[in-house]
Amino acid sequence: MSEERRRAGVFDVRLVIALLIGVYGLVLTVLGAGFTTRAEIAKSAGVNINLWAGIGALVVGAGFVVWARLRPLIVPVRTEDDAPGAEREPDSR
Amino acid sequence: MSLLADANLRLAANAVDYAMLAFYFLLVLGIGYLARRQVSSSLDFFLSGRSLPAWVTGLAFIAANLGAIEVMGMSANGAQYGMPTANYFWIGAVPAMLFLGVVMMPFYYGSKVRSVPEFMLRRFGRPAHLVNAISFGTAQILIAGANLFLLASVVNLLLGWPIWLSVIVAAAIVLAYTALGGLSAAIYNEVLQFFVIVAALLPLTIVGLVKVGGWQGLVDKVSAGPGGPDQVHTWPGTQLTGFSNSFVSVLGLVFGLGFVLSFGYWTTNFVEVQRAMASRSMSAARRTPIIGAFPKLFMPFLVIIPGMIAGVSVAELAGENKQALLDGGTAPSGATFNNALLLLMRDLLPNGMLGVAIAGLLASFMAGMAANLSSFNTVFTYDIWQNYVRKDRPDGYYLGIGRTVTVGATVLAIGTAFIASSYANLMDYLHQLFSFFNAPLFATFILGMFWKRMSPAAGWLGLVSGIASAMAVFVLTRAGVWDLPGQGAAFVGAGAAFAVDILVSVGTTLVTAPKPESQLAGLVWSLTPKEDRRHETTGADAGWYRNPSLLAGIALIITIVLNIIFF
Repeated sequence: MSEERRRAGVFDVRLVIALLIGVYGLVLTVLGAGFTTRAEIAKSAGVNINLWAGIGALVVGAGFVVWARLRPLIVPVRTEDDAPGAEREPDSR
Repeated sequence: MSLLADANLRLAANAVDYAMLAFYFLLVLGIGYLARRQVSSSLDFFLSGRSLPAWVTGLAFIAANLGAIEVMGMSANGAQYGMPTANYFWIGAVPAMLFLGVVMMPFYYGSKVRSVPEFMLRRFGRPAHLVNAISFGTAQILIAGANLFLLASVVNLLLGWPIWLSVIVAAAIVLAYTALGGLSAAIYNEVLQFFVIVAALLPLTIVGLVKVGGWQGLVDKVSAGPGGPDQVHTWPGTQLTGFSNSFVSVLGLVFGLGFVLSFGYWTTNFVEVQRAMASRSMSAARRTPIIGAFPKLFMPFLVIIPGMIAGVSVAELAGENKQALLDGGTAPSGATFNNALLLLMRDLLPNGMLGVAIAGLLASFMAGMAANLSSFNTVFTYDIWQNYVRKDRPDGYYLGIGRTVTVGATVLAIGTAFIASSYANLMDYLHQLFSFFNAPLFATFILGMFWKRMSPAAGWLGLVSGIASAMAVFVLTRAGVWDLPGQGAAFVGAGAAFAVDILVSVGTTLVTAPKPESQLAGLVWSLTPKEDRRHETTGADAGWYRNPSLLAGIALIITIVLNIIFF
């Protein structure tokens, strides 16, 4: 069972979020900086929303990467910290 | 209900928008695949092995509720009623979420039950358990249908696919990841969805506010519009409740929405509670709804305000169109309030942002439906199948049943999608369902948790009579015997269900035998030793910022401040 856990720990949802938001941010920033027409900007009340939302998304995406770096997932949670594991056992029937 | 009155509702999405959407779906299915590797037992599948950190379950807690109901329904409500809709968040959600975390979670997590019906089984025995499991399952299938219908409507609008085909494709995607990865896939996707939804709605709100001249511009325009100045104040919300008297309206909001409907929904709805049960410790379980309360406090700005902006700036919904809809007729333009968000997106967003916004909407509807499916399959497998149909099989057998049931539930949801399509305002439909199922459950729960004398017979009899009285109110209003416009019918139904449930439960308890006290430890407040309700404050649960009560206090203060600002 501990081996299952170890493999599972490789998957950190923060990096998936960072990937999605980061790619969105990149695409939006490029669109906003070079490809959003005047007509489109006029449509969105004079705000170049692609550019601003893109920059915002890049910042948020970077934030998740930093967080995942600073506080990485502790992989063998089950084997080291046995308090939750012990609670879990009677339950798994 | 028709979301696609006209071809002019078609959003002008281009290749970039589709690519963004495709990338999102790729990640959603990828999470399903990755989460599958974590599933080695039924507990992994149904409760994520009780291993998730509090911020993940907290965001999933809120995203599971951030389905079609919330995003489309609340923005429709915003367009129709304005700021009083915020009562659904500040009165109708946050206090109950805090109560769940502070008071009730120790019983749920501490008793190690795997579902809310299982708690009923331990506290009241089989009849109450069966009533609860079946009513919960039915409600989930009906609500999943509503989410599915909205999901399909957006796909229809976007790609021009017929509704039936959109329904099936949308169902297949949700099915793929929930059947593969179980609750973990659903929860991880909910967290991802939460961020996509915010990324979609925040820019829309900002652009919308700039368009109408900021907050003051919005207040002026809404006040001058058909709904009048009442629509920029949260209280007393007479249009929302349908009661013309302000005092009765406030009473309806506080007691009907704030107490019965909201506590009923948030504290006993397994869709939500399941997310907390999946967390890794008692402290994390208690923090789950409290962490969820913080984004919940600010959701009105992302859903109601865009709805209000649509109600004054989108040609198809503003002016005479809004007036006609408020009078209960159809708008000359053919649009309905449910179109508010889509029309605003069409009017304001350039390509690129439009793709993100569409992804956000689809994310929201999938989150809702996946939450319904993942809680339905748990209740069906553990509570119905394992208890009443096939007992004592190996764990792998129930894991298999869980996957099969997910498929069956999806097929049923496709059927109920067409029931949801017959309601003009989906909030009316959903609150109707909540009044049937959640209000009586809450009455039984709260009584059973704090009154050790309450007997098993009272458990199921109270529940059944509560559900029956909510349905009676529904039939009376439908038949026109009792005229309650707005969402007042659901509030009254919930109130009646709650009161009848309490009366019947107390009456029955007085003439039937109670459960022996020895069997009630951990299930009833007075019979649970205080240390059993405590949680660890070391390791990953240490620090003041991880203290559930303190966090709940902060959330409560923000709630009060918001209520004062928008009074």
